[in-house]
Amino acid sequence: MQSDTPQANRKVLNTSTSITSPNAFKNNRVSVMNKMMPIILFLCASVSILTTIGIVVTLFSETIQFFQKIPVLEFLFGTKWSPLITPKSFGVLPLLNGTLMITLIACLVAIPLGLASAIYLSEYAPKKVRSAVKPVLEVLAGVPTIVYGYFALSFITPLIRDIFPGAGVFNALSAGIVVGIMIIPMVCSLSEDAMSSVPRALRDGAYALGATRLEVALKIVVPAAFSGIVASAVLAFSRAIGETMIVTVAAGATPTLTGNPLDSIQTMTAYIVQVSLGDTPHGTVEYGTIFAVGMTLFVITFLLNILAQYVARKFREEY
Amino acid sequence: MATATQVQAQPLISIEKLNLFYGSFHALKDVSLTIPEKAITAFIGPSGCGKSTLLRTLNRMNDMIPGTRIEGSIAIGGTELYSNEVDVETLRKKVGMVFQQPNPFPKSIYDNIAYGPRLHGTRSKQQLDEIVETSLKSAVLWDEVKDHLKRSAFSLSGGQQQRLCIARALAVNPDILLMDEATSALDPISTLKIEELAQELKDRYTIVMVTHNMHQAARVSNQTVFFLNGEVVEFSDTEKLFSNPTDQRTEDYISGRFG
Ligand SMILES: Nc1ncnc2c1ncn2[C@@H]1O[C@H](COP(=O)(O)OP(=O)(O)OP(=O)(O)O)[C@@H](O)[C@H]1O
Ligand SMILES: [Mg+2]
Repeated sequence: MQSDTPQANRKVLNTSTSITSPNAFKNNRVSVMNKMMPIILFLCASVSILTTIGIVVTLFSETIQFFQKIPVLEFLFGTKWSPLITPKSFGVLPLLNGTLMITLIACLVAIPLGLASAIYLSEYAPKKVRSAVKPVLEVLAGVPTIVYGYFALSFITPLIRDIFPGAGVFNALSAGIVVGIMIIPMVCSLSEDAMSSVPRALRDGAYALGATRLEVALKIVVPAAFSGIVASAVLAFSRAIGETMIVTVAAGATPTLTGNPLDSIQTMTAYIVQVSLGDTPHGTVEYGTIFAVGMTLFVITFLLNILAQYVARKFREEY
Repeated sequence: MATATQVQAQPLISIEKLNLFYGSFHALKDVSLTIPEKAITAFIGPSGCGKSTLLRTLNRMNDMIPGTRIEGSIAIGGTELYSNEVDVETLRKKVGMVFQQPNPFPKSIYDNIAYGPRLHGTRSKQQLDEIVETSLKSAVLWDEVKDHLKRSAFSLSGGQQQRLCIARALAVNPDILLMDEATSALDPISTLKIEELAQELKDRYTIVMVTHNMHQAARVSNQTVFFLNGEVVEFSDTEKLFSNPTDQRTEDYISGRFG
């Protein structure tokens, strides 16, 4: 195979026509393959697009059906969520509250720590440390979330209960902290990418003015990498909103409209899991709730992405 | 403070038997020379001979390169630069630097200039306004940009960006200005402007410039140092070095026979 390649080449050269002949610029190569390739690639790309369309269509139609039975306003502004137990009540606010509480705690943990480690890696760490740590971060991002869930339940929760004896076995704080820990590597890795792509010349310019490492990091590198950092923070936010396993395991299953992170709560995702796994019959209003809740999640994430793009564009520093 | 004749006797920068290693690579070999105050000193020599390396020892920008090792003495106004007492940030405030590629920060023109003063603690808006104006005037850029100081520095041409970088360096009130091939990315007219600017600035600042362009060295500098393979071959008054070099290698280089 290797040995006949040069000969094959020579053959092509020998049989190639003179530049003045009518066939001079005809394609000698397998042209069927050339024509097919874009079609095949297009089909591959379509799979994910079609799936997305399918999901959105299902979500929409089921949600509309749900809202034909339950008024939208009752759903959006009701303060009690108990669709499975009589007296039934379909106010999503307790679930929304649970999700936002987890997300807030997670972001309070993940964004500062992730950003700090990114600054360390990109501005302070010797090359060796950086090239050792980066792959580890990627591995961490691949740890199954159920593992984090039990880490929350068996390690963080007891710790919290030692400090705050009033905390429940299931509480938002423990789950939120661990969701935060789970997304640190992602925040760190993405922000580090954004920061290390800031040109060296900019740093040199600041160093030459007498800036310290910290000043260069905070006043040159972070602003210049800001849109990448915002992107990583938004992704962190979305991950935290969508996180399911950890909250199912460690945050409880009690939809409560509470401001106390030591209470047991339920998030939107955990609720969807609960109903999916339960024996609620398909087609009922009770079953329809998961689509309505899913839709709410979808809308929040969607708005968040738009907001992120706006912020990233507004604060973009070009270099 | 010092008069012209004292300058000759009492140089601002003195370098003695300086050796610099990048890991095992011996980049500067027994470099000894003096640089006078309030004059332009040019470093010339073929690519890779260590001009930038020596320039970067003057504001210790080499510190950032891992594996760099320094032996010998390099002193500004009698203070040893690589001694423990020297605070690198303060040194860099006193010894400004302009790079080969204009490297304005991705900020407004105003904020570029104000960056250094703010770093070193100037907060008052009025003071900053003043510094921005005088620095831009010193860099002969004021008239071109005074009506749109809030615009991005990237809206300027390459030559204007380089003058902005000079203004930015001047804004922290340095004594010495290092220019590493500051005109090599610019067109001839912008180059000329920067050369004129250097001529003006030398009354107030000590300027050390690296250049690939021998005509530039001959045109603007008072003293020239010729490097080859990390060694100083010859240094003297520019006029003498170009008209009557003592070393054969200098003569070969300036007559364009190599490099
Ligand atoms: N960070 C570094 N690590 C290792 N070697 C380096 C480093 N920087 C420069 N060198 C080497 O040191 C020598 C001197 O480099 P320097 O940049 O000072 O040359 P120069 O005279 O400024 O050249 P040019 O005119 O091309 O800018 C070169 O041989 C170069 O390869
Ligand atoms: Mg150089």
